[in-house]
Amino acid sequence: MVQDKSAKYKKGGVVEYREMGYYNPDYVPKDTDTIALFRITPQPGVAPEEAAAAVAGESSTATWTVVWTDRLTYLDRYQAKAYRVEPVPGNPEQVFAWIAYDLALFEEGSIANMTSSIIGNVFGFKALKALRLEDLRVPVAYLKTFKGAPHGIPVERDMLNKYGRPILGATVKPKLGLSGRNYGRVVYEALAGGLDFTKDDENINSQAFMRWRDRFLYSQEAVFRAEQVSGERKGHYHNVTAATMDDVLERAAFAKEIGAIIIMADLTMGYTALQTLSNWCRSNGMLLHLHRASHATFTRQKSHGINFRVLAKWMRMLGVDHIHAGTIVGKLEGDPNLTQGYYAILRDQYNKEDWVKGIYFDQDWAYLPGVMPVASGGIHAGQMHQLLHLLGDDVVLQFGGGTIGHPMGIAAGATANRVALEAMVQARNEGRDILAEGPEILRQAAKHSPALASALEIWKDVTFDFTSTDTPDVLPTPSF
Amino acid sequence: MRIHQGTFSFLPDFTDEQIEKQIEYILRNGWAVSIEYTDDPNPYNVYWNMWGLPMFDLKDAAGAMYEFRKCREAFPNHYIKINGYDPSPMWQAQRVSFIAHRPKEEPGFRLKRTVWSDGRVQKYGLEAYATDRPEGERYR
Repeated sequence: MVQDKSAKYKKGGVVEYREMGYYNPDYVPKDTDTIALFRITPQPGVAPEEAAAAVAGESSTATWTVVWTDRLTYLDRYQAKAYRVEPVPGNPEQVFAWIAYDLALFEEGSIANMTSSIIGNVFGFKALKALRLEDLRVPVAYLKTFKGAPHGIPVERDMLNKYGRPILGATVKPKLGLSGRNYGRVVYEALAGGLDFTKDDENINSQAFMRWRDRFLYSQEAVFRAEQVSGERKGHYHNVTAATMDDVLERAAFAKEIGAIIIMADLTMGYTALQTLSNWCRSNGMLLHLHRASHATFTRQKSHGINFRVLAKWMRMLGVDHIHAGTIVGKLEGDPNLTQGYYAILRDQYNKEDWVKGIYFDQDWAYLPGVMPVASGGIHAGQMHQLLHLLGDDVVLQFGGGTIGHPMGIAAGATANRVALEAMVQARNEGRDILAEGPEILRQAAKHSPALASALEIWKDVTFDFTSTDTPDVLPTPSF
Repeated sequence: MRIHQGTFSFLPDFTDEQIEKQIEYILRNGWAVSIEYTDDPNPYNVYWNMWGLPMFDLKDAAGAMYEFRKCREAFPNHYIKINGYDPSPMWQAQRVSFIAHRPKEEPGFRLKRTVWSDGRVQKYGLEAYATDRPEGERYR
């Protein structure tokens, strides 16, 4: 359906987006196009094709009326094109729309620019009740303008000298109010007890009760002391999030000066700040952990916002070494299939289209390094068989309450987690069915570890069995 | 102190049968088994001594167990680790590493501190007590 646009320009005024070329079912996307999949809930009376065309228009070249200056450019290239519109399976109110964007539309290596285009304006558009960006196929040509993770999973493992098992971490609790010296005590106990990493929480930056410089010094002292008593490499994610980029880089430089191997940042800093920090980390040999603080405000609701998988893709391009991506079994939102989809997007070199896992496009990652997903929030040693089965080896399992809340102390909590993990990895490698035998494997391991026995006892009944808000639109076909 | 490098260092020392099962896991994944030993277990010491080359074409775990036992006979008071190496694209790195043999006595590490700049920043250095003695005479 190629329209004769010149007539529309002569007429002027308001013309339907689909008549201006923003809907074109004959368009065949190029390998170099970015393809976005939107979930659209049109207002009553708005045709799905027009709604899709409006999204394409408002996320690229169009405004609400015809402008003669369109005719000064080669608009066919710069227009986004909705080329496929289908009802969402099982949901008659919504449609999926596939929209293609030409390579020319995005500045090289800029997540800020890509997001300003695709999600910049269109989400408040009145003709739509709701709009959600579900997935994005990023072409190899555009991926190659990004550097990706400062290090990536294999290099991080070489830095830590830890292979063949998930990495263990914990967030220091309480999140707010500890003095620097007391804070470092928690770091020391957790690392000496057997964790690999500890972590600042997202909202611990540099408040009056504990300024950042004190926290960094005490935490790093704890890291080296823990290395001494354990004989293995350790790390603490120093949160460098701050009010200005100057402050962020000052804190990052100080972390490097005192011997840190990893720092962290909050998503609230924004894409530009994160990308600057990512480049700094690559230049300075520093791992970068990203806490996705604020993401659920726009990723959680199924009808509106951005699916986390799109954010995960942007963060893999922008370049972080770690990102929180859900636990499935813990206290925070996470459907099992969708969460496994996020992990695949972060770690794999090629994603195959799989709607059950929420992967709507084949995605070639063009040798961008994988990102280590972080599972954090309401997990404990008694779930180790499920965690290892569902999430695999290349993940940071963060047990905050599940370490610090241990009745025998923080170090015992850390030891319990480490013993449970190693026993489970041993069993899996030996070919045992850990999902079925998990509880028995943990009981056997607890015989030589009083710390694990105590953890299994205190948290034996803790599960977070709530229905997810965000779920797949298609379900696996049952096989009989 | 017990050095906690490598997977499984929080479990009781493995029997030979358990070690062999882990080697079978490495081979099942198509990775190469390698054996390394040292008497400088500093966590910052990356390059342990290689016991021969990585066994790229090995099919049977018995072959690696034979080499491991020979290494253990030659260096009964050293640390010996078994690695699984994955040469596939985007890995080209170890996928498995665990200490399969260790000295009976492990005296641990000294943490050396140098006070830096403002009296609060320190530079740290780890040294194994045993490495005061020359290589080959460190652990008994």
